[in-house]
Amino acid sequence: MDFNAIRNLISRYCTGEENWVDSRTVYIGHREPPPGTEAYIPQRFPDNRIVSSKYTFWNFVPKNLFEQFRRIANFYFLIIFLVQLIIDTPTSPITSGLPLFFVITVTAIKQGYEDWLRHKADNAVNQCPVHIIQHGKVVRKQSHKLRVGDIVLVKEDETFPCDLILLSTSRDDGTCFVTTASLDGESSHKTYYAVQDTKSFNTEQELDTLRATIECEQPQPDLYKFVGRINIYQERDEPIARPLGSENVLLRGATLKNTEYVYAVAIYTGMETKMALNYQSKSQKRSAVEKSMNAFLIVYLCILLSKALINTVLKYVWQANPNRDEPWYNEKTESERQRHVLIRAFTDFLAFMVLFNYIIPVSMYVTVEMQKFLGSYFITWDEEMFDDEIGEGALVNTSDLNEELGQVEYIFTDKTGTLTENNMEFIECCVDGHVYVPHAICNGQILPGALGIDMIDSSPGPDGKEHEELFFRALCLCHTVQVKEEETVDGIKRGIHQGKGTSFYISSSPDEVALVEGMKRLGFTYLRLKDNHMEILNREDEIERFELLEVLNFDSVRRRMSVIVRSGTGELYLFCKGADSSIFPRVISGKVEQVRARVEHNAVEGLRTLCVAYKLLTFEEYQDICQLLETAKLALQERDKKLAEAYDAIERDFILLGATAVEDRLQDKAADTIESLHKAGMKVWVLTGDKMETAAATCYASKLFRRSTQILELTTKRTEEQNLHDVLFDLSRTVLRQHGSLTRDTFSGLSNEFQDYGLIIDGATLTAVMKPDQDGSTGNYKEIFLEICRNCSAVLCCRMAPLQKAQIVKLIKFSKEHPITLAIGDGANDVSMILEAHVGIGIMGKEGRQAARNSDYAIPKFKHLKKMLLVHGHYYYIRIAELVQYFFYKNVCFIFPQFLYQFFCGFSQQPLYDTAYLTLYNISFTSLPILLYSLIEQHINMDILKRDPSLYRDIAKNSLLRWRIFIYWTFLGVFDAVVFFFGAYFLFDNTTFTSNGQMFGNWTFGTLVFTVLVFTVTLKLALDTHYWTWINHFVIWGSLLFYVVFSLLWGGIIWPFLNYQRMYYVFMQMLSSGPAWLCIILLITVSLLPDVVKKVMCRALWPTTTERIQNADKLYQGHLSEFTPLSSLHASHHKAADAHHLNPRRSEHPSKKLMYTHWGGGADYCTFSSSFGHLGLHSAYSWGGHETSV
Amino acid sequence: MMASSYNAKEEDGHHSVSAASGPSAGPSAKSKKPDNTAFKQQRLPAWQPILTAGTVLPAFFIIGLIFIPIGIGLFVTSNNIREFEVDYTGVDASSPCFTCSQTYSWNSSIPCKCAVSFSLEQPFESNVFMYYGLSNFYQNHRRYVKSRDDSQLNGDKASLRNPSKECEPYRSHDNKPIAPCGAIANSLFNDTLELFYIDPNGTRTQIPLVKKGIAWWTDKHVKFRNPGGNNFNLTVVFQGTTKPVNWRKYVYELDTDPENNGFVNEDFIVWMRTAALPTFRKLYRIIQKKSNMTPTLPRGNYTLDVTYNYPVRSFEGRKRMILSTISWMGGKNPFLGIAYITVGSVCFFLGVVLLIIHHKYGNRNNSADIPN
Repeated sequence: MDFNAIRNLISRYCTGEENWVDSRTVYIGHREPPPGTEAYIPQRFPDNRIVSSKYTFWNFVPKNLFEQFRRIANFYFLIIFLVQLIIDTPTSPITSGLPLFFVITVTAIKQGYEDWLRHKADNAVNQCPVHIIQHGKVVRKQSHKLRVGDIVLVKEDETFPCDLILLSTSRDDGTCFVTTASLDGESSHKTYYAVQDTKSFNTEQELDTLRATIECEQPQPDLYKFVGRINIYQERDEPIARPLGSENVLLRGATLKNTEYVYAVAIYTGMETKMALNYQSKSQKRSAVEKSMNAFLIVYLCILLSKALINTVLKYVWQANPNRDEPWYNEKTESERQRHVLIRAFTDFLAFMVLFNYIIPVSMYVTVEMQKFLGSYFITWDEEMFDDEIGEGALVNTSDLNEELGQVEYIFTDKTGTLTENNMEFIECCVDGHVYVPHAICNGQILPGALGIDMIDSSPGPDGKEHEELFFRALCLCHTVQVKEEETVDGIKRGIHQGKGTSFYISSSPDEVALVEGMKRLGFTYLRLKDNHMEILNREDEIERFELLEVLNFDSVRRRMSVIVRSGTGELYLFCKGADSSIFPRVISGKVEQVRARVEHNAVEGLRTLCVAYKLLTFEEYQDICQLLETAKLALQERDKKLAEAYDAIERDFILLGATAVEDRLQDKAADTIESLHKAGMKVWVLTGDKMETAAATCYASKLFRRSTQILELTTKRTEEQNLHDVLFDLSRTVLRQHGSLTRDTFSGLSNEFQDYGLIIDGATLTAVMKPDQDGSTGNYKEIFLEICRNCSAVLCCRMAPLQKAQIVKLIKFSKEHPITLAIGDGANDVSMILEAHVGIGIMGKEGRQAARNSDYAIPKFKHLKKMLLVHGHYYYIRIAELVQYFFYKNVCFIFPQFLYQFFCGFSQQPLYDTAYLTLYNISFTSLPILLYSLIEQHINMDILKRDPSLYRDIAKNSLLRWRIFIYWTFLGVFDAVVFFFGAYFLFDNTTFTSNGQMFGNWTFGTLVFTVLVFTVTLKLALDTHYWTWINHFVIWGSLLFYVVFSLLWGGIIWPFLNYQRMYYVFMQMLSSGPAWLCIILLITVSLLPDVVKKVMCRALWPTTTERIQNADKLYQGHLSEFTPLSSLHASHHKAADAHHLNPRRSEHPSKKLMYTHWGGGADYCTFSSSFGHLGLHSAYSWGGHETSV
Repeated sequence: MMASSYNAKEEDGHHSVSAASGPSAGPSAKSKKPDNTAFKQQRLPAWQPILTAGTVLPAFFIIGLIFIPIGIGLFVTSNNIREFEVDYTGVDASSPCFTCSQTYSWNSSIPCKCAVSFSLEQPFESNVFMYYGLSNFYQNHRRYVKSRDDSQLNGDKASLRNPSKECEPYRSHDNKPIAPCGAIANSLFNDTLELFYIDPNGTRTQIPLVKKGIAWWTDKHVKFRNPGGNNFNLTVVFQGTTKPVNWRKYVYELDTDPENNGFVNEDFIVWMRTAALPTFRKLYRIIQKKSNMTPTLPRGNYTLDVTYNYPVRSFEGRKRMILSTISWMGGKNPFLGIAYITVGSVCFFLGVVLLIIHHKYGNRNNSADIPN
């Protein structure tokens, strides 16, 4: 029991809320500042308990039930159940209660289990020990007892228990290294800095004397932002105020590395830590299938209501005759008679609702959930999507969107790291127009003797020499690369061999590493940062030391970074490196034209370019800069804005030094993938922050633009010449001319013979297009822009800010066709678009895991997108489409006979089927086959799907869930129901059908209908199944057998504890009658006949591409699926030839598709051979690499 | 100090290097690598049937070829069945039961009798089954169907004394529980039908009607049981209960034969199996074939003596007496035969259509598909 605890306790109950508003004051070690300063107002902060669980033991049942019944479907079934309990119901409440109970229980168990796991994880975290300094001693406590203001001791490799402000470290310079791998996936070591004035407090005793308060903002989820101020009270009264930034904050979840220990003070605890704030769940995405499912549901709800209404009305019309309402043999009870007619009518209406409620199947939701959940395993299991390099396969973060993968129309892809490897190689640099190329680069490995410089241009004069060296030094100094030295390293990133040991560079930006390494090869080696001095080994093997004064960090808005250094001779330099667009406007001298020409040349080659500039600072200037930065950094409000302003003021009047070029190679099979996606009818947009020329080159390389593509530019350059309005209209006219001559070809991406358009737009122009105008013509601009985009097969948006990417996605998403969008990216800058798009895919890239964590699906490489969409997406879509349609169909079949029966039983709500059948129909008799179908159905072999991207068009635009098809299924259900009912009706009509003359009753009638029903719907599914594995056989025949066995058992004995025995021997008696058998067979045949005929006819007369491929595949007995280029080429020849004169009655369209189909096969052959070429290249590379490393 | 563990990324780098220099993947990668099983890779061996005109064609012809003979067989069988129906409701003033139907009252102690005469044009050769048929009688009305207590009928003593609530308003009378309770039992068909053959010389011979074997065996022996097991003194067993309000006698007075009395009375059991449709017939008696030589019911004139107890005119119902012979497929029902013939012909026709289509289009498709 110590003082602190009591004080905390008191503070918990005595504090006012006024200090909560936007900043908090933390008293380090809970020590009051010296008197005279502001009053000590203890604030109440939550403890450090992490609660990720949703429920507690006590509130699980009510809370979980509440959550579950918030779902509209569950609520509906609850209402039905309650209605059944209240009114005199035609079916026992069990029939809807049991399935509902089943569904609720299963969900509750699943959620309960998940929550239990969370509890366990929470407990493990909350109880792990932390070391707290109290009264100069180290005390061990459980993590959850940690309070804001506690001083914590964290040792190496420990994880920070909460968000901390770094006070001091074991290192003299007050730095520590941290990896945030579990936070954002970046495993690089980041440097954090202790507060300068406290870094000397290095022991527990010293810390006990520290009196300081921290003022900081209230917790915010942004991991990289922090604004605060520390006030240190020393003997003198005036406290020293120091700014605190994100470089002082150690985040919960990060791990201390390479530092023996640190002392830090807790500022945000428990659920207020940035990690906890970041765990808030994303908004739920719903798939298009789910939307159509809900639409169908509403239709069925209307059908249900109208059925109930019709029956109620007819009932009262029919009952107008009292002898019908109440014949002598069937009198009502007294209480029934006395009920008001309106109440009776209403009860009847409800009773009909209850009777027909099965038309909305409760089990559909469960089945769909299960299908999605289980089905998503096939993605994670997929071996082809496993990447050996990363050692990981695809990840599914939300299984709700599986089928959406088969519906994608627009793909928005990031360039760097997604299309390209993000594996940078320094290619060349250009100083004052002279080009330097370090020779012999082999796949990131450097030949040992690569110290020399190849100069393409003539060697510079003495003046040039000076500039050249300054340029190299600038690149060596202007970065945030760290040096990691290690003895036993066999090459991470760019392992570089030196005489003594191995050291390598790490940075969050691969460009920087590439540059620093490039410099090394050009003779200037960056050694390390020591005591705020950067050491460089120059060409003469001398060590030069520069004092690092300021770092103006990189951000994506400025697109540049700067450092201020003091050279050994005392000169102050400001070096700046950044995108050409952000450097050139700030340059006042230097050979701008030559450099610009080179930069543009390089950009066209697809290289990433950076420009380097510098300026010499006088001491006074430096003082001003310091002042400027200091005030900006100290600001509590709007610090970012002020910093940006300060940077803007500092980074000007540069002297241009030169430019660099770094290559980012295309990812493996990126071009092939993009080609396939194009052929599949998807429009691929590249959204990148890169320069237009670089991005365009990548687009050409990745076959996004072909040579034949006519490029439309919508860039600042053009809008400078003309105004935006004219440019837009110009472009739309160009596009629409072609469009008008075309006879409505929806698959414009496919039309090869027509002009293919590609659009390039840059960020600035996009802003102009999107900008709301005063005269309100903005909608117009947007519309024109969309119209242009719609007619372009590929669009490249360059110079995009992260938010603009999301904007573009949103623009397309909400355009009038509401296309399904997919965003794919690997970096943190893609997160916004990944979250915005219908389907977000993250690449487990080099820039950390943020994209992968925020995505719906994560894949290791861009090439895996092909299988993800073309195979998995396609399969999931057809599976779930059939699942949804089939469910509605089988419930129409199920319920419609009951509806018809009402006309023959005086609208008395007499159920046709027995309770057990009503209950189990959806749960067990017909549930497993469709679930299995929806898990493993493959209408076409996956190899064909992959080779023939055009098949994807067959399912585009939610084509299997169109209203036409839905209505077809519904009518099929109604037809089948009519067949069942009237078949049985005519069989039963006033005659016997047993050989002993005995009669059957109403339950036999129902059982006969039900038997036909179960067999028909199961066999219908069997006819739809194209992929019969042993599991299918087992489940389909098994569930039929189960029905028979169950029926035998259910009617086989007198069931105790049951107040009716109406099913006793009914099933057996029915089976003992020959005509019943004949009738069952006949009715099943008749029910299945129309569907089979329709299918066969459609296949013969109007086959879809899918069906043609199926036919062909069958003819080849699966050989098509194997990789036999010869045979497929053969086939394609013949097919292509025949396709021309095939089916002249059909429009040109399908035959074109067919051609494409096989062209696809041929093309694949080509890529195969070309990939062979690649392979050869690769091996050459690796051979070279071997040579060098040995 | 610097030589601390360097995690995932390091391995990545390692892998990229090793992957570049050779195809061997690191051992750590294998652990995470998904299993290469046919199921997980969705490559289970499978039969992949496709419904094409070619494959379905034979099926259609086969169905046609099987269904048409079956249909013809059924149709012929159905046509060979003799069936005779006579309506004795007495709606017309001319009909013999008109008076009975008019002067009906539940409480009259003297039963009203009427005789309907008819003649059979053709002899009924084999066993003849005698049915009574009711029309417009909603035995399948929900209120009616559930108005019974199966455990009472199964001989449960507790239910006998305290019948299920479902039996309301036929649950108790005069504070005594009704046995058998419920609307179905209450409305038991209680006309008595007797059949007489009128010889050409004018003598009436009563035709023996067998009343056993008209109910399901399982119903009679398992589902329906008298309370008290094999206690034949049903009067004692049913003590404390009362008869259904519309009944003239107690349930234990239904028959003199103890095997056919009480709840196991076959007429009662037959009635208790509620019909599916409002027009229905129920098996009443069986006329056994006497010998191979003479037909069971020879050609000639007959009289049906009706003890007219059952009122149907209030709900516009009809009462019929049906005589029918039975084949293996039951009574006369042309539906199945016609349906089979129709479906068979349709299938055959579709088969022909498909054959044409297959020939015209399928061949082209195939020729496009097959390279040679």
